[in-house]
Amino acid sequence: MLFPVSETEKNVLTVSELTRRIKQSLEQAYPRVYLQGEISNVRQHTSGHLYFTLKDEGAQISAVLWRSRAVLLVFQPQDGMKVIARGSITVYPPRGHYQIDVDQLQPLGIGELQLAFERLKQKLAAEGLFDEAHKKPLPEYPDRIGIITSETGAVLQDMRSVFARRFPAVEIVLRPVRVQGVGAADDIAEAIEDMNRYGEVDVLIIGRGGGSLEDLWAFNEEKVARAIYASRIPTVSAVGHEIDFSIADFVADLRAPTPSAAAELVVRDRAEILDVLRNICYTMRAHLEDRVQKGREMIQTILSSYSFNRPLDMVRQYGQRVDDLDRTLGTSFSHRLRLERQRHQAVRDRLEALHPTNVLKRGYSMVRKEGKIISSAQKLQEGDRATIQFHDGNVPTTVQK
Amino acid sequence: MTSRKASKHSFENSLKRLEEIVEALEHGDVPLDEAVTLYEEGIRLSKECAEKLKATELRIRKLTKDINGQFELTELDEE
Repeated sequence: MLFPVSETEKNVLTVSELTRRIKQSLEQAYPRVYLQGEISNVRQHTSGHLYFTLKDEGAQISAVLWRSRAVLLVFQPQDGMKVIARGSITVYPPRGHYQIDVDQLQPLGIGELQLAFERLKQKLAAEGLFDEAHKKPLPEYPDRIGIITSETGAVLQDMRSVFARRFPAVEIVLRPVRVQGVGAADDIAEAIEDMNRYGEVDVLIIGRGGGSLEDLWAFNEEKVARAIYASRIPTVSAVGHEIDFSIADFVADLRAPTPSAAAELVVRDRAEILDVLRNICYTMRAHLEDRVQKGREMIQTILSSYSFNRPLDMVRQYGQRVDDLDRTLGTSFSHRLRLERQRHQAVRDRLEALHPTNVLKRGYSMVRKEGKIISSAQKLQEGDRATIQFHDGNVPTTVQK
Repeated sequence: MTSRKASKHSFENSLKRLEEIVEALEHGDVPLDEAVTLYEEGIRLSKECAEKLKATELRIRKLTKDINGQFELTELDEE
């Protein structure tokens, strides 16, 4: 069966022309679509591009996620995962094939978000973003507190009343951000960087009130985690309620269970500080008094100490020594004197024994002629006059032959 | 505002200084006249701190960027 070519000739298209027209109309009709479906047949090409199929019960479509986008994913797409893809429809003429060119991919539902959360948590933990060693201590008494949260809503008011009650002397610097939805993570990350560049706050509180996991999602985004990690200013995360844990909580220097709790953690109660001050004053006073008392005791000790009294002591000691010497001197002198006297007596005795008179007493006599002692018979002639001396007197005599 | 900036960290610094003073007095190796001077400084500092704690008004300002990326601080309106 043939159709009349002449009639239809002007309507005949080449494959390329048709495909071009299809491509043009499809791409113009679907420049941006949000597509919900289940992932299947995922394969990552060595180029880094990610190819998969999105399907539901009745249809399927090829999908591609270029490498530049694929690296930004916070989770690893896997077969069977339900997702929402954002992208544009494109046609690939060489294969006569249409596909969705995905630029954003989000897990759908709690299960997938949890999965994404766990994956990012593992990745950042492996990189050391949660390391205790990296955590900075909070200032004990901050003067200025930076808050990154929504300008509207209860969170700011709650924190405000805590500060007003506990320590109103602080100054709050608020950097308003969107805390959920599109762009929230970018806002928060930028705000953290801005606060660091501004540099005039002592501590940063980053948070929002409670909500669903999707509501809190911005605080689970990698860029927020990295901004917190890079912050030179100590950070406190305060996301949702007590039971909610966010990636931001793991990276922050301190996790507060709620925004109000963050305010309580950041400033001490003034009543408590007044107690500290009173205690300091008391301690200072006690130490000073103790110091004075010790000084007094020291003076007393010095006054009564051996060394302080030593000069007098020495005078006394020398005095005693002089007395001792004096005594010793006296003793030995009289002893010596006695000895000398005895010696003297002995000499005198001996001298006395030799005295002529004493000899005469023993029966000897001396003869003198003209006063001279005659010690030889030859010296006397007949008729010489001489004197005989006895011990008790002289007798004149004349020599006879 | 400038005075506020000049006294940045003043509360924390004052308390740190107070702790130093207490420690110096505690160790008792400072000469007595120096100890008295330290004590006087401590009393003055603690009075300043106590005075600061009496502040009643919490100040909140908003940090924004203008089109040139310059930071601006504006008072945040009460409620």
